[in-house]
Amino acid sequence: MFRPMRRRRYGFASPWREMERFQREINQLLGETFDESRPGYAPGFPAINVWANQDGAVVTAELPGVNPEDIDITIVGQTLTISGSREPEDLGEDVKLHRQERGFGKFARSFELPFLIDDAKVEAMFEKGVLHLSLPRAEADKPRKITVKTA
Amino acid sequence: MANKAKPIQEVEKQEIEPASDAEPTRDVKIYVPRVDIYETDEDVFVVADAPGVDENSMSITLEKNILTLEGQVEISEPDNFDLVYSEYGVGDYQRSFTLSEEIDRNKIEASINGGVLRLRLPKAAPAKARKIAVKAG
Repeated sequence: MFRPMRRRRYGFASPWREMERFQREINQLLGETFDESRPGYAPGFPAINVWANQDGAVVTAELPGVNPEDIDITIVGQTLTISGSREPEDLGEDVKLHRQERGFGKFARSFELPFLIDDAKVEAMFEKGVLHLSLPRAEADKPRKITVKTA
Repeated sequence: MANKAKPIQEVEKQEIEPASDAEPTRDVKIYVPRVDIYETDEDVFVVADAPGVDENSMSITLEKNILTLEGQVEISEPDNFDLVYSEYGVGDYQRSFTLSEEIDRNKIEASINGGVLRLRLPKAAPAKARKIAVKAG
């Protein structure tokens, strides 16, 4: 990982560029050693967790206060999209707002799955504000073991 | 008052240390639920996001003027699956507020639906001013 600085055609490489490259390598290194006790940062709403095994994946997302009818789940190829909206609180007239930390409005996120999904067998459950998606891997996409016959 | 547009955005759950010095017996992380708090002439309303909590696992206490919300989340992980990517952690919720208003304790209403707790805390009628006559000695 520590490579000597390469001499470029016109003098030394820019130290900034080297820094960036170093940072990228660090990130790759961190990405490779995934630590499940430390959830990463969600770049959008909702945040998701993904579980996987040979036969499929389970995706969970926290969507408190979202009506199940307002959640759209679409699968195109290997891309899963979760979209929907959360309604604002129905505040009456003459309300003094002290804190507003909960957001509302439309959201959408797409994820690339590592395998094809059997979309007929996808199951979605929404309980206590948590979405639970079961995504079985397509039979045709599963690895097949080929036995070698002796002649 | 109209709702200000606060767009729904990325959520990074804020983890906290337990409020008391004693360690909790449950070895789980504790998160701060996001809340909206608003007030009308008659009531104080608290709305809190606590996904994974239902009516049986939420506890609300009002001691003196400290309102404490505690939610326990049952951590369930799918069997025979490995967590391969994680953007959020799962754990209990805990948060306390100091109320500046006197609350009519007998009329507090709470409901929880779809991971959202809604609390209505009716303000107590203002204590009637008692006039104390000063007698001449």
